[in-house]
Amino acid sequence: MKELSLNILDVAENSVKAGATLTQILLTEENTLLTLEIIDDGCGMSEDVVRSVTDPFYTTRETRKVGMGIPLLKLAAEQTEGELTITSVTEEANPEEHGTHVTATFNMDHLDFTPIGDVSSTILTLIQGHPDTDFLFQHTKDGNVVRLDTRELREVLEDVPLNSYDVLEWVGAYLREQYDEFA
Amino acid sequence: MKSLAELQAIKNRMKDKVNLRDGLEGIRVVVGMATCGIAAGARPVLNALVEGVNKEGLEGKVSVTQTGCIGLCQYEPIVEVFEAGKEKVTYVKMTPEKAEEVLHTHLKGGQVVGDYTIGAVSA
Repeated sequence: MKELSLNILDVAENSVKAGATLTQILLTEENTLLTLEIIDDGCGMSEDVVRSVTDPFYTTRETRKVGMGIPLLKLAAEQTEGELTITSVTEEANPEEHGTHVTATFNMDHLDFTPIGDVSSTILTLIQGHPDTDFLFQHTKDGNVVRLDTRELREVLEDVPLNSYDVLEWVGAYLREQYDEFA
Repeated sequence: MKSLAELQAIKNRMKDKVNLRDGLEGIRVVVGMATCGIAAGARPVLNALVEGVNKEGLEGKVSVTQTGCIGLCQYEPIVEVFEAGKEKVTYVKMTPEKAEEVLHTHLKGGQVVGDYTIGAVSA
């Protein structure tokens, strides 16, 4: 992947497929360390499955046996001497609190660090494709925060779909404005 | 600064339009957004289509949605066009520029852009 934002899009899609009602995407920059967390309340994975998702030849799909999403994120982290960890609780194990928590760390000063890229575009793409699920996005850097919570938008919009073009346009401008303050 | 009050205005403007879109029997445009599609550049293609549909005032006629892996990873980004009573059209190795051309010529003009279809492009 050319940008980490594309890995984020790809892995967040897994959360939606796992039936998540809320998917949180958290980026935290501290000095040269970047931590990416993707946290969902989807159906979760068993220990066996968690162990095998980092293997590029493991997939839940039955038509083909290759799933490259998590392995590519793991590669992007490890090539900067960071790491990827996954914890997950299945709905069966805990019907109240279940889901998956993916954490990836990156050393941003490493030569092989993939630039974060256009995260706003990733968030817009997720909302466009999945207007009925919620996303919480937060990017923190040196005390500055870029934040979007679709639950807050939904409260205002009521039955107007989140993927209406005017709404997407608003979200895009809203994120861009916050990033302008970021520097 | 963008505010939630602006969103409220959008809501008031949109709420009458929402019902009109139900039961829409127009053109369905589907973009492959699995790992293969994303890595090959599907995100800007999708965004070009979403923006273009709005800019050309086609929202009532064309819907743009996302799907998983279509099974032809080497041809990604792939855009499929479904229209009632017509054969499915599969555009392959798409770019935002090609997407714009498809938007004008096919989605708006009704003419398939043969050069970009799977029959015309080799892997």
